[in-house]
Amino acid sequence: MILQDKLGADADGFYNALMDLHDGLSEGQSHALNARLVLILSSEIGDLPTLKALMATAAQGRAK
Amino acid sequence: MAYDYAPFPYVAPAGLTAPEPRHPVVIVGAGPIGLAMAVDLALQGIKSVVLDDNNVVSVGSRAICWSKRSLEIFDRLGVGERMLDKGVTWKVGRQFHGADEIYHFDLLPEPGHKYPAFINLQQYYVEQYLAERAQEFPDLIDLRFLNKVTDHVDRGDHVSLTVETPDGPYTLEADWYIACDGAGSATRQRMNLAFDGQTFEEHFLIVDVEMETSPFGDHDTPERWFWFAPPFHAGQSALLHKQPDNIYRIDLQLGPETDPRTEATEEKVIPRIKAIVGDAPFRLDWMSVYKFRCAKLDRFVHNRVLFVGDSAHVVSPFGARGGNGGIQDLDNLGWKLAAVLRGDAPATLIETYSEERSHGSAENILNSSRATNFMTPKSPIEALFRDEVLNLAGHHPFARKLINSGRLSLPCSLQGMQLQTEGSAPIAPGEVMMDAPLAGPDGTTWLVSQIQGRFTLLGFGDTALPAIDGLARIGVNSHGDYPCFGATDGHAIRRYGSDHIYLLRPDGHICAVFTSADPAPITAAFHKAIGETP
Repeated sequence: MILQDKLGADADGFYNALMDLHDGLSEGQSHALNARLVLILSSEIGDLPTLKALMATAAQGRAK
Repeated sequence: MAYDYAPFPYVAPAGLTAPEPRHPVVIVGAGPIGLAMAVDLALQGIKSVVLDDNNVVSVGSRAICWSKRSLEIFDRLGVGERMLDKGVTWKVGRQFHGADEIYHFDLLPEPGHKYPAFINLQQYYVEQYLAERAQEFPDLIDLRFLNKVTDHVDRGDHVSLTVETPDGPYTLEADWYIACDGAGSATRQRMNLAFDGQTFEEHFLIVDVEMETSPFGDHDTPERWFWFAPPFHAGQSALLHKQPDNIYRIDLQLGPETDPRTEATEEKVIPRIKAIVGDAPFRLDWMSVYKFRCAKLDRFVHNRVLFVGDSAHVVSPFGARGGNGGIQDLDNLGWKLAAVLRGDAPATLIETYSEERSHGSAENILNSSRATNFMTPKSPIEALFRDEVLNLAGHHPFARKLINSGRLSLPCSLQGMQLQTEGSAPIAPGEVMMDAPLAGPDGTTWLVSQIQGRFTLLGFGDTALPAIDGLARIGVNSHGDYPCFGATDGHAIRRYGSDHIYLLRPDGHICAVFTSADPAPITAAFHKAIGETP
């Protein structure tokens, strides 16, 4: 599955906000934050077949 | 061949022997911004004295990427075509992660523009062309090299300066003092003005090498190549650009724990270059190790002292927003200062220079800070996100858009600011004009060549533009008693539509749009655009 851009014109603004969110956290705190964020975003997507396809896409992206 | 740094002559200034009459404008600094400022004012009949503590052009290539908008401004100043002829035109950028190309982009795939998205041209050529252009106005531009300003005092309605020369000191007075004295501005320091922002800890090495064999290999078109973690420079980033005269710019990230003095030596630099270009012979032309910061003055106008270019704002180099930002500064200030000096506009118009360009420079700082943050992750988690963006970018367009090795300079919009009149059109008020080819009685020309440098009404098709004092008129696909042109290949119509009349400022920004030729709202918008309160 190839993911088209849905972040729109201010993708840099999104990325910067994400980095700001992690600013000052320990590695453990960042992991926990990422886990919460994945769960929240998953709930917002909602549809299980879509989520499974996205999970498979992320798994394929594992380091070469 | 290495550039020939011919010194400019020093001439003992008149002020050494007798007081000089008060000058309308003194420009401090004869870099690209100061020289362009003088030319801009001269084109409007305004005299200036340009003072510089040095007598050669920029040593080293320094600013090399000139954007389309800067070239359009240089076109108005009379050096755009010369820069385009000499410069290296590039529009394809390639992004690598390790040895692999992740993707490439084409900056200006659209035809019908006089100038390309970017050219690369060493700053010393730009300064040389501008200095030669300035010398074409001997009655208006007084260039004084080896004239170092050591003090200045704002006297309310003028500024007095103390200037040091090889023959001793003298004093000068000017109605307006324009500080184009660069990132370390002595003017700014004398005034103790806060220059706040973010300092980055990373060191970068810039090297210019001259070589016959292209380090781009089989790619014969000049491009911009950017590597994250290149095989030849583990764990860091690298940038490769072509300049004229077979000179290549190599920019290497060195990390925070670096001693600039030992890095900027041939013993350290030559092996780094050989790791990139292999056994191909090359000559080191110039090198520099630097750290940078993103900072700006809160206000660019301090009564009679005006800050333009790096003296007002500095950015990291990623995105080519330093020199290009400065060119937009002077383009914004030139017509306003000339209008005030001629008595055509109230002095308060100068304040809008600060409003508009402070906004533009904040946008440049935001973009270049973000690029620098992406390139130099400051924590393990930032590095992790950065690496996974690069990992996903091979397959997914959304991740490609997140890669940030510099968002290349684009003109800012002045929408919603006080000189503009609200409205909607294919190009909205506040935006900068778009170029298009035109067919005229003297052959092919361009909108950027016809419109800039004065307030202009631009109309399309059957619309008859009203005659209004102070406004030039240009018609496209029209017949009128003013200059009219055909829209070559329909480009102008595609970009502007044919249902609106546009009012453009001398700096090419659209300040109002109209759907009828009624002169009353046009006149009102014009008065608003020159700072007259209704």
